[in-house]
Amino acid sequence: MHARAPETAGQRPRQAFSNVQGLLSPAPQPVFQACFPSEKTALSTNHSQATTFQKLPALRKKLVPFAYLSPTLLLLAMLSLLPIAMVFFYSLQDNVIMNKTPQWVGFENYSKILGDSVFQQALLNTLYFTGMSVLFHLLLGLAFALLLNTRLIGPLPKALFRMVYILPWVFTATIIAILWRLLLNPNGVLNYLLLWTGLVSDKIEWLSSRQLALHTVTFINIWAGYPFYMVSLLAGLQGIPDELYEAGRIDGANGRQLFRFITLPQLTPIIVSLAMLDFIWTMQQFTLIWMTTGGGPIRATEMLSTFTYKLAFSSYEFSLASTSAFVILLLSMGVAWFYVRKQRASDE
Amino acid sequence: MNSRFSKSTQTHLARLGVLLALLLGALFAGFPVLWMVASSFKSNTEIFAYPPRLIAESFSAGAYLAVFTNAEKVRFFLNSYLVSGMVTLLTLLVGILGGYSFSRYTFFFKKPLNMLIIGVQAVPPITLLIPYFSLIVGLKLHNSYLALILTYMVFTLSYAIIMMTGYFNTLPRELDEAVMIDGGSSFVALWSVLVPISLPGIVSVGIYTFMLAWNEFLFALTLTKTTDMRTVPVGIQLLMGQHSYEWNEMMAMSVLGSLPVLLLFLFFQRYFIAGMTAGSVKG
Repeated sequence: MHARAPETAGQRPRQAFSNVQGLLSPAPQPVFQACFPSEKTALSTNHSQATTFQKLPALRKKLVPFAYLSPTLLLLAMLSLLPIAMVFFYSLQDNVIMNKTPQWVGFENYSKILGDSVFQQALLNTLYFTGMSVLFHLLLGLAFALLLNTRLIGPLPKALFRMVYILPWVFTATIIAILWRLLLNPNGVLNYLLLWTGLVSDKIEWLSSRQLALHTVTFINIWAGYPFYMVSLLAGLQGIPDELYEAGRIDGANGRQLFRFITLPQLTPIIVSLAMLDFIWTMQQFTLIWMTTGGGPIRATEMLSTFTYKLAFSSYEFSLASTSAFVILLLSMGVAWFYVRKQRASDE
Repeated sequence: MNSRFSKSTQTHLARLGVLLALLLGALFAGFPVLWMVASSFKSNTEIFAYPPRLIAESFSAGAYLAVFTNAEKVRFFLNSYLVSGMVTLLTLLVGILGGYSFSRYTFFFKKPLNMLIIGVQAVPPITLLIPYFSLIVGLKLHNSYLALILTYMVFTLSYAIIMMTGYFNTLPRELDEAVMIDGGSSFVALWSVLVPISLPGIVSVGIYTFMLAWNEFLFALTLTKTTDMRTVPVGIQLLMGQHSYEWNEMMAMSVLGSLPVLLLFLFFQRYFIAGMTAGSVKG
């Protein structure tokens, strides 16, 4: 799982982290920005000092921020810029890593990978897995957030329910995978319950059937991921001013209309952010697939990530794996670009 | 019909409906977890007993004892604690310095650097895996703690810098200036004034970082080799790979492996949720 991707410069940095002080405070603010808002004041300070014509201290002052940033710069250069350059460089050659004298082949590997039927299936599987996950994360997250936002039950039971609902988020993908392997085992408790209620007449091979496996891993991922939406949407719901609902009621709107014309539009910016972030992360999911089906049976649940991993560390085809890895990077960056653009637009 | 009566009946019905829906949801979210805990107290022969029972006749903590007395498995936990602890410490240190720089200074390349820090978070781990493998082997760091600590930091650091910058931006500059007028350097101002005030933010970032490191699987799988260097997530996978499944022990390990994050969640729920929603919620 990744750190949350950021938004662009926020207008009210003073309130950043407000949700630290008050849990799900009424007006949650983005924490993610921040790099820019201070610039104006910083510039004016510098300007006034430049008039002193003291060149040496001025130079020193210019270097101070870099002194603070030096460990960051070193880490980022070594562990993000360099590796990305390397993986691109590998993708343009054959026999990298395993062989001391790789051959330059240009973009040949790209046409090989894009034409590979397994890659194409992995791409389709990834799109299905990601699309369905995002959709149902949103539906479940919204449903649970609305339930938890009700005024019909007291705050204590609500807090308890909220805790139970967040539970799946606490567990790591490895553990979620074996937990569901236990539950979904042909002799496991889920099949028992389905047989007992008469919903099915035979034991179901949830993870080893070619028809079902992709749906099953998608379901597991939906279970694992909705709390992130739920918590964010709950914060969003609590941030909607009561006056809006009151005004709506005065105009004679019923419950459904209030939801359709007040709640949903107010939540839309959060929903779009969530969906885009989730799309980027889910597309990269490796552990859950690796630990439940390993991409099988017979490629039925092969994802871009498992495909690339196997290509590199089972078949030792590091050149093709690098090509595939770079294609995945481009796909991720494409979605991320939309995300940043959308954030920019909503800031202006 | 009396309208007041019908209204209160309606409220009662609505409350009942909401409660029913909440219970169903709780079953969906909580039952798998309950089953995991219950299974960890069973004997392995009773895991798939027919009919299944939540609490088996042979209720015992035997599986936990088996994990605790197995040096190999205890080592998974020690490795995980060591790596996650170090990653958290180093990320906070570097992140606080970086955040301070972004918050208080203007400098050449600030915008592109900011974009880079933001962009790194969208880079898929699988893209970095192959070059990391070759870099780590090249630096003779393969199968070492340092390999994991360094590579984890790329993902945790971006988040920490962005969060700390945001937090420092909420603190007035007069705070640092007061220290500097008294003759202190900006470094002193940062550590003696800003950091103590920022503790809530630092706790949020620390928890989030610890969790990312504790849960990481792909790099741990690839950048370590011997059993004694494995972390908990990879250790659990190793148990699965063996022919006879010791389900009760795997569940006990899963419970133990979830405990640190679960405890952090229970005791620091506010910070935990703040860190979790930071990226998406926009007021």
